[in-house]
Amino acid sequence: MELLRFATAGSVDDGKSTLIGRLLYDSKQIFEDQIDSVERTSAARGDDYVDLALLTDGLRAEREQGITIDVAYRYFATPKRKFIIADTPGHIEHTRNMVTGCSTANLVLILADARSGMTEQTRRHASIAALLRIPHLVVCINKMDLVGYREERFAEIRGEFSEFSANLGVKEITYIPISALEGVNVVAGSGAMDWYLGPSLLRHLEEVEIDSDHNFSDPRFPIQRVVRPRKNDLHDYRGYAGQIAGGVLRVGDAVLVLPSRLTTKIQTLETMDGPLREAFPPMSVVMRVEDDLDISRGDLICSPANQPLISQNLAAVVCWMADEPLRAGRRVALKHTTRWVRAVVHEVQFKREVNTLLHDNEASELALNDIGGITLRTTEPLFFDPYERNRTTGSFILVDESSNVTVAAGMLTGEAR
Amino acid sequence: MADLLTHLDALESESVHIIREVVAEFERPSLLFSGGKDSAVLLHLAVKACWPQPIPFPVVHIDTGQNFEEVIAFRDMRIAELGCRLLVERVQDAIDRGDVVDDPALGSTRNRLQTHSLLKVIEDGRFDAVFGGARRDEEKARAKERMFSFRDEFGQWNPRGQRPEIWNLFNGRHGSGEHFRIFPLSNWTELDIWQYIAQEKIELPSIYYAHVRKVVCRDNMLIGVGPYTEPRKGEKIFEMMVRYRTVGDMTCTAAVESDALDPQMVIAETMVARFSERGATRTDDRFSEAAMEDRKREGYF
Repeated sequence: MELLRFATAGSVDDGKSTLIGRLLYDSKQIFEDQIDSVERTSAARGDDYVDLALLTDGLRAEREQGITIDVAYRYFATPKRKFIIADTPGHIEHTRNMVTGCSTANLVLILADARSGMTEQTRRHASIAALLRIPHLVVCINKMDLVGYREERFAEIRGEFSEFSANLGVKEITYIPISALEGVNVVAGSGAMDWYLGPSLLRHLEEVEIDSDHNFSDPRFPIQRVVRPRKNDLHDYRGYAGQIAGGVLRVGDAVLVLPSRLTTKIQTLETMDGPLREAFPPMSVVMRVEDDLDISRGDLICSPANQPLISQNLAAVVCWMADEPLRAGRRVALKHTTRWVRAVVHEVQFKREVNTLLHDNEASELALNDIGGITLRTTEPLFFDPYERNRTTGSFILVDESSNVTVAAGMLTGEAR
Repeated sequence: MADLLTHLDALESESVHIIREVVAEFERPSLLFSGGKDSAVLLHLAVKACWPQPIPFPVVHIDTGQNFEEVIAFRDMRIAELGCRLLVERVQDAIDRGDVVDDPALGSTRNRLQTHSLLKVIEDGRFDAVFGGARRDEEKARAKERMFSFRDEFGQWNPRGQRPEIWNLFNGRHGSGEHFRIFPLSNWTELDIWQYIAQEKIELPSIYYAHVRKVVCRDNMLIGVGPYTEPRKGEKIFEMMVRYRTVGDMTCTAAVESDALDPQMVIAETMVARFSERGATRTDDRFSEAAMEDRKREGYF
């Protein structure tokens, strides 16, 4: 069984909670006591109907105010796949939550109301999903029951969306007409839309091809820690533990170590379960190499024939997550793969309007939830790939050095000129 | 072309990555071990993450003094096998010192009293990272907690001030006196745990499998009769085939009727279960809608 991680974005009124509730309920992941508790709370609040949002709104403030303030993770499984849903609030002031929820997703599910079609909100969600290079996008045109299940309305919204998304660069977009409330095309189809020949949402989630979501072409192994057991029977053992970030690494392969630029060969790839012939993302392994080299945490093992970019001057797109704005000159700590370095922001180059995709080149600062282009200089060179090529070696976070709070998510675009 | 990992391999790799990040970046980690199934899986993952080195941090048990004897026997066996250091912090000691009061009004459970002992052991041990086996599918407040969960110098959790957790880039930076609770099993469900126990042949205390036990029926739950759980007036004692789905303090953990004798049979039962794990078996989450959130804010597991 495989694992598929997907993110959903939206607010209560577009039927997102109803949709998630239905996915969980119809796949029998909601237990009777959980439904009981939701019914009790709904009744106590005086709601007219059972509010399925209560299943995911876990914090006291959220329940009292009827809002979602954070990313909630939900889980369900079918005989084919296990699913992790990162359920994020969709309003603009929660852009950072959507970025967080999307960062680990294979797929993003966007809801559009069949009556209103494309809105500013759906545009923003698609644009953030594209920015984070989510390989699969599913647009569910919901509330089809309220437009008489008409094919023309579905085609109209699909056309509108295709036009907008042409510039987004998403690998694959799937459109599904549904009614979450009536349960049409969520788990199973129905006679209501016999003109629709595609899969139901659940079948699509079960069958969408995710084999190539990881980078299997550029060998990248960031060292997490050096393993030296200091036990009598393993006296000379020196292994390097880490999670493969790209490519397929095989025993016997020639490798290059950065930053030392020394070359050696892979002697073993192993885990507690035994030796491996090859390792690929996202496996966590221990590697031993043939020569006795000085390798430590934060170093990167790659192929001599396939090396990452190496630079102290970086260009990136960031989502700013702190209350006080980001301006040039700001000093921060930066975490990239398994390394911490210090960095200074050289320049805020543009702010990206998330609803229109336009760049505001006059912007000189980024406020909370803004997305924009910056250049940075780091104390030591980073070994990286553009984010569009590798989501692991192309991403970083920025951390405030006095409060220790994470203030930005960043995607590397290349070397800054 | 590489094959995709199975869901268990992917979850394992994610957990191993988290544990290694903590070992690499924190000065004094420790691992909370109750002897329950989730902490047995957590300990197994820690062993795998550190392999071939023995785990380089101590294992901590908060002992309510109201344990199942099978669980304590299992704990001691597992610790002896691994040769790691075990720290036991007794709730009874805190009661004897007068730090906390054993409140009979709470149904004589010492569950909530554990928070004091937990915070004390973290302070005494100067631990800056504490691994726990909590899962997000257990409870709604946990569904919103980070894998690296920041605690201030009072050990408190602030749900609205959590650090965003993006990609697999964890930020464990902290000041002195502050610490992190680390939850490597965040993305695992009860079913994943059992499938992994079956796959890895992880040993568990015998009470996780069906056995005959004397029970009483209280609030629609089956409470095992034992030294800390005497039958109340009017309660009738039954003998029944039961197992435990969760194992905590004896006073707040209920059994479920079951015929499951091994992990495969438990998996089959889990797949058709009608009640959630905590809903079916934990009296401690029933006090209020936000019982878990309130306890977590105070510093609970």
